[in-house]
Order: sequence, then structure tokens, then C-alpha cells
Amino acid sequence: MLISIRAVIGRDLRLAMRRQADILAAMFFFIIVVSLFPLGVGPEPEQLRKLAPGVLWVAALLATMLSLPRLFADDHRDGTLEQMALAPQPLGLMVLGKLIAHWLVAGLPLVLLAPVLGIQFDLSGDGLAVLTLSLLIGTPALSGIGAIGAALTLGVRGGGVLLSVLVLPLYIPVLIFGAGAVDATLTGLGPQAHLSLLGAMALGGVFFAPWPTAAALRVALE
Amino acid sequence: MLEASNLECVRGERRLFAGVSFRLACGEMLQVQGANGSGKTSLLRMLCGLTPAAAGEVCWRGQPIGKLGEEFRGELCYLGHHNAIKEELSPLENLLAAAALAQESLDEDAALDALEQVGLHGRADLACRYLSQGQKRRTALARLVHEKRPLWVLDEPYVALDPAAVELVSGLVGAHLQRGGLAVLTSHQAVSVTAGALRELWLGTAAASYGRI
Repeated sequence: MLISIRAVIGRDLRLAMRRQADILAAMFFFIIVVSLFPLGVGPEPEQLRKLAPGVLWVAALLATMLSLPRLFADDHRDGTLEQMALAPQPLGLMVLGKLIAHWLVAGLPLVLLAPVLGIQFDLSGDGLAVLTLSLLIGTPALSGIGAIGAALTLGVRGGGVLLSVLVLPLYIPVLIFGAGAVDATLTGLGPQAHLSLLGAMALGGVFFAPWPTAAALRVALE
Repeated sequence: MLEASNLECVRGERRLFAGVSFRLACGEMLQVQGANGSGKTSLLRMLCGLTPAAAGEVCWRGQPIGKLGEEFRGELCYLGHHNAIKEELSPLENLLAAAALAQESLDEDAALDALEQVGLHGRADLACRYLSQGQKRRTALARLVHEKRPLWVLDEPYVALDPAAVELVSGLVGAHLQRGGLAVLTSHQAVSVTAGALRELWLGTAAASYGRI
């Protein structure tokens, strides 16, 4: 079973490396959206510090949304998804493999970029650390929830917009607790409670999302 | 081994076929024929369990395939309309990735050998987007060279192939039947396999008839 998960991850990572434009586009989108705010809002450090958690988290959500429509679309178009559905192991496991690969390609770069971008907002060392940690815990949940939406809108015309409408509301709890963790650190409350809830959502997202996703994919294949 | 009883296919408002029944034993091949849009691909997808039948049942070794699940899928090799190959990967990488997905052990030498047999010698490391349509189809068909699973379901395997490749695929299917395998395929052209019994199934607009040669 682990072999098949690894095979899916390996294949998807190799494909992502051959198609770097997709990863880079999402990363640049994240960088640019975050960088526009200090330019637009003005240079007062007090105001920027207040905005930072929300801006970085919203930008992370939108950057994740960019990569979601292609999560299953390519495999669906070229018939690989059929082969996955007919493989002698649960489709959910292969979806889990795809989720892990998606996070490594679309989520992890955001986590690594966040502390650098946070400096623009005059965040303290603690704030930067918690911001990075909250993204590290929260982005797997984004991939998991997003996968369900991507599978449900697979093969639907204008699926991209529908996907945003479907998935972004479901991202709200992750956004609240992710940005809340950084806020709590900045106001001196401590981020533990927020991070724990975020962790619970990430575990739920990663371990429960593959099964509804697999069910939705089977419906899309019919 | 493979048994279909009273299969019915409904697409939207239209009933494509109904009452399709057949029984296929070891070493036998079923060629599904019919006009475009008569439901050949739908029938094949039903046999694989990808599309649920509107009515009727498909059994493998006497048990419904839905119940067997992974046990059945482990004995099935399906080659669909789409080649299931990635344009960015080379034929070799595609072949190895496909084998890994199907949980088959295929080492690099065996994969290279398979590609050589389907005439892709020297192109194993070229990204598939530079290959012609026929070469892509050959890449997909290379999976069959070392395929040992007993049931092959092939949807239009001869599309885009030149006569030499058609011959080659017929040879692969023939060898598979000789080993005691089963094959179901759709094709508009006459299929000549050296070994095994050939059966034909016609899907028509009125009712499906079933004959034996």
C-alpha cells in the first residue's frame, strides 16, 4: 500500500518538476499579492503589523486555489484517473498520495516564503515563527479540503469558478485559526489554542478527505 | 470466467443496448462490434466496473465484480480510449509509472525490452509530447508485453496504428489467449489472432445479437 502511495507521489513530483511554470506562477502570485499591501496601505508599522496575519493567510488561500483545478483535471483528461480507479488498491490511498504531492508542490513553498514576506510587515521574530508554523500546520488542511472540491467539480464546465465558490467558504475556519494564531502571539496571548485547533483540522483534512474525494472521482468517471 | 447477464446501458434519455449476455471462458476472445455510438465503450467500462450497469450483472469467477472489488481489479488490465500516458514523461517513465500504479513489479530492463518490442527503440527517453499519435498508442500498448493478468479489456487498441503494429498487437493478444487469458476488445477492423477462440458480439440499434464463430 505504501508502495503505491510512494509511486503516486514520485510520479506527481516528477511531473511538477517538468512543469515548473505552474508552481512558479502560484508562488509569484503569493509574493505579489502580499507585497502589494504594504505599498497600498502605507508604511505605518503599527498598521502593517495588524494586517500581516490576515493578508498572508488570505494570499495563501488564494494561491492554493490557483493550483487546485489541475489537481485531477490532467489525470482525468489523459485517462490516468481511470487506471488509478482500476488499480488493485483503494482509490483513496492514491488520492492521499496526490494530496501529499500537491502539498509538497503548492503548500510547502508558501510556508517557506512566508517568513521572508512577513518581514515586509514588520513582524517580530515570534510573530514570524508562529506565522510559519501556522501555515505549516494549516496548508495540508487546505490541500485536503480543496481536493474534495476539485473532485466534485471535475469535468464540469466553468469548474474553476464553481470550485472557488465551493471551497473558499470551507477554508474559513482554517483562515480564522491560522491568522488568529499569529494575532494571539502579537497581542501576547500565546498561539497554542489556535494551533491545536488548526492541527485538528489538518489531521481531519488529510486523513478523511481522501475518501469523499475518491467517491466523487468515481462519480466523475462514470 | 467472465459472465455478463442482461446488461443494459442507458445514457441520458436513450437506451443504448439492453439484454446483452455472454460468457467467456479461458483462452477466448470477445470482439465487440457496432456502429459509432452503439455503446461499445460503455459496455467495456461496465465490464471493468467503471460505469454501473442500468440493469444486469457482470460476474468474474462466478461472483459479481462489485463484490470482488480489488480482487477483480487485480486481475484486470484495461486499456481505454485515452492512452493514460503523460506528455511530459518519456515512454520508459510512463511504462514504469503505470506498472507501479497497478502494483506490478517491472524493472527497467523489462520495460526497455517491452518498448523495443513495440518499436520504440531509441525513443524510450524522449518526452512523449514529441511522439506521433501512433507512437503514443504504442507506448500505451507496451504495457501489454509483460502483462500477466488474465483479463484484458482493450478499447479500440488498433486506432492510429500502422499495419505492422496491428500485427504485433494481434500477436500479443494471441499469446495471451494461448496462456489461458481472456480478452474483450472493440475494433472496427477484422481481428486475426492465431490462437484462441474468437467470439463476436454485435451491438445494434434494435437489440444486441450474439453470435459465435
